[in-house]
Parts: sequence; C-alpha cells; structure tokens
Amino acid sequence: MGRRIAARSLVPPATGVLTLVGAFAVLEALIRVGVVNRFVVPLPSQVLAAIPRIVAEEGVPYRFWQTTQEAIGASVLLVVVGVALGMLLFRFDVLRSACETWVAALASAPIVLMYPLFLVIFGRSATTIVMIGFIAGLPPVILKTVEGLAGTRRVLLDVGRSFRLSEAQRFRKILMPAALPTIFVGMRVGLIFALINIVGVEFLINFGGLGQLINELAERYDLPGTYAAIGFVILVSILFFVVCERAEVWLLPHRQR
Amino acid sequence: MAAAASATLAAASAGRARGVRVAVVRIGIIVALLTAWEIVARSGWLFRDVVPTLAVIGRAVLRMLADPVFYANLRVTALEIAAALAIGGGIGLIVGLLLGGSRFLSRAYEGIVYYLGPTPKIIFFPIMILWFGTGAGSKIAMGALSCFFPIVISVASGMREIPLVLIRVGQSFRANPWQMSRLVYLPAMRAPIVNGVRLGLGIAIIGTLLAETKLSNQGLGYLVIQAYATFDMPRMYALLIILFVLAIGANALIGRYGSRAPAQSP
Repeated sequence: MGRRIAARSLVPPATGVLTLVGAFAVLEALIRVGVVNRFVVPLPSQVLAAIPRIVAEEGVPYRFWQTTQEAIGASVLLVVVGVALGMLLFRFDVLRSACETWVAALASAPIVLMYPLFLVIFGRSATTIVMIGFIAGLPPVILKTVEGLAGTRRVLLDVGRSFRLSEAQRFRKILMPAALPTIFVGMRVGLIFALINIVGVEFLINFGGLGQLINELAERYDLPGTYAAIGFVILVSILFFVVCERAEVWLLPHRQR
Repeated sequence: MAAAASATLAAASAGRARGVRVAVVRIGIIVALLTAWEIVARSGWLFRDVVPTLAVIGRAVLRMLADPVFYANLRVTALEIAAALAIGGGIGLIVGLLLGGSRFLSRAYEGIVYYLGPTPKIIFFPIMILWFGTGAGSKIAMGALSCFFPIVISVASGMREIPLVLIRVGQSFRANPWQMSRLVYLPAMRAPIVNGVRLGLGIAIIGTLLAETKLSNQGLGYLVIQAYATFDMPRMYALLIILFVLAIGANALIGRYGSRAPAQSP
C-alpha cells in the first residue's frame, strides 16, 4: 500500500523529466530531417558530446573557480556591509523610517545597467563584477536584517530587561539569535541576486569565468559548445540555489518552513 | 471624553513631530551625499571626468531631456519592453493558470520553472540572436524570457490561494472553463497577477536594456554603451539617472495599482 502511494507520488516528477527528454528527442529528429536548421540549433546529441570537450579544452574548472571567487567576494561584502547597515537602521528608528523605502526602491532599480559606469571606475576587472554583484544583492540583506531584528518577540526583550542585560548583551544573546532565520533568508536572496549579476556581467564585459566562456564560444560560432556552456551555467545556478535552500534548512532546523 | 480627546491630540502631535524628524534626516542625507559628491568632483582625488560636478550632470540631464534622439531611442526601448511583457506575460499567465489549476501539472513542471527562474537570463542572448536576428526581435525575446518566470510563479501560487468557496460557487453555476477563468480566477487573482507583472516588468526592463548594451544600434541601452565608448561621462550619468527614475517609477505605479486590489474574502 505504502509502496503504491510512493510510486504514485513519483509519477508527476517523472512526467516532468520524461517531457524534457521527449522534447530533446523530438528536436533531434526535427533537426535530422531538416525541419529545424542545424546551423541555428545544434543537435542535442552534439551538445551532449561537446560537454567533455569544453570541460577539457576551455578550462571549465578554472573558470568555475573564478566565478566562485567573485561570488565569495560579493558574499563577504554582503554579509559585512548588508547586516551592518540593517543593524544601523534598526538601532536608529528615525533613520529606518527615512531610508527603508529608499532601500526598497533600490531593490527594484536596474542596478546591473550601471556596469559601464563601474567599468570606467574599476576597469575591466573582477572588482567591477564583484561590486555589481554586491550592490545588486544588498537591498534584500538590509531589509531582511531590519525585519528580523524588529520582529523579535516582546517577551524575549522583557526577559532580557528583567536580567538587566547591557545593550551589547541584549543584542548578542536575544536580538541576533532571534533575527538569524530572517537574516539568513535575506542573505540567500541576496546571494542569488549577486550570482545572477556576476555571471551576467562576466558575459557582458567578456571577462572572468563562466559568463565569459559563453561569450567566447558564441563569438567563435561554436554552436554545440555555446549551448553546452549555457546548459552548464544553468546547472551551476540550479545547484547553487538548491545548496542555499538546503543550507538554510540545515543551519536553522527549528525554523517553520 | 476630554482625556481621550487630549490623548488623541498628543498622539497626532507626536506623529507630526516624528514626520518632521524623518523629513529632516532625509534632507540631511541627500545634502550630505550631494556635498560629498561635489567635494570629490572638485578635489581632483579621482580623474575629473569620471566624477563630474553636479552642475555638469544636471546640464547633461536637461540636454538629454531636450534631445529628440533620446525620445526616439526611448520609444524603441519602450516598444520592445511592451512587446516583451505582452508575449512573456501572456504566455506566463496561461502557464501559471495551468500549473496553479492542476496539482499534477504543478508537481510535474513547476519545479522546472522554479529552478530555472533564478538563472541569469542574459546568457541566452547568443541563442536569441541566432533565432531572432540582431534587430528588435532578439531584445523582445530576451525581455519576454526574463519576465516569463516571475509571472508564472506568481500566477500559479495566486491561483492556489483562491478561496475554495469562490470556486465552488462558480462550479455550482456550472460555469465553463472560460467563464471560470474570466469571472472567478482572474478577478480573485488581481493582486498576485499585478505583483507578478510588477516583478516581470522590472526584469523585462533589465533583460531588454542589457541586450541593447550588448548588441544593438538603437534604444536606451545602446545610448548608454555609446556614452561609455566615447567616454561621455556626464551623458552616461544623465542616462542612468533617467533610466533609474523611469524603472522605479513604473514599478511604483504598478505596485500602487496592485495595492488597490480588493482584499480576498475568506
């Protein structure tokens, strides 16, 4: 009975996977019979065959490490500056009222469009990529830090007051632990924004890791390689997203999701 | 009675005082930032052309707003974004309704949409150029692809949150799928649809403009990259300021429309 229910629950995800496989098989057939131009869309089998080639010849592991380094740089800045600014806004209520809507507006601003400006200031370098990733990911970290600290339960603050905790103790022992789950949500969203922008700017300025790889392969008109590299970047993005989700559950097991 | 009235007056007065303090802080921050910018621009600490003075940037903004070339390019970009939103948003709405309306389809395909959503869409641009050419088609396709995902996710989750009672009322009147969509689903989902469009618009603007900066001969993204290529920094600052104001303004406008959506009855 239980096994039947488990098997039945696998049907929808299996349908999703089979649909994708079926779509690629149909595409392969359409290209082979000439309905789809193979100089525009390469054979899916060619794309699969190109994966080991680009990994070996285009230095994919090294490029992956370059993108990872840029993401780590942006993440460190996000945690240090974003959480600090969030704490500052929480500490001074008037400042929070004055700036919170500005930070929210920054979240909807097309920050990545400033990349030509960053190119002028920092040059065509990893600093430009890291800074755009950092600024793009900053608003959710700030907003979620403020939200987490402001959402601390009143009873916890009262307990701290009854123990006559100092300001620093109150922050370390009550506010920060209570706000951590919400801050982590902000960091996860901020990191995803940062990674999207990092790979995007790498592609646009033709510099750095995985984004540059796609640009180079496209400029060489290596179609199977370009499609394979795009597939690889999609895979990395999905893995990063899944790891962030799992890390959140693992680090904060008590949190109701 | 008198005590209650005086308490209300005191609360109103405290609220006014707080509002004044917030306004003072805001003005203070703006003045401090502008002063710091002007000091850096005049100090010579940085290469002068990288950080122009406020007067130079202000003049560039005015020149830009008086330039017919700007409006011609604005029109191109606006049309591309509108087409992208209509195509990506329309398909996103239909897919979202299908995924939200069927538990099986949701479990089969929503995971794919959910995980593809946060990938950087600009990396698909080489494919879009191959498929749709170097003209407006590839920019529209980039914008459509960018806005498709947030709209699907928002519509599908909004569909699942429609109160069951509304659906049962529709079914009891034997409404067909078209009537159910028009009279029950879409009115009940106004807020999530508007929020999805709001998110989609922001991302469509970014997708379209980035594509214009990469390969184009018209549009605001093209103007930005031209300003970079000719090192015309005041013009670049002016364009970025105008773009930010337009993007944030459009977002706020749609957000206001969404916030006026009637609350769903339990």
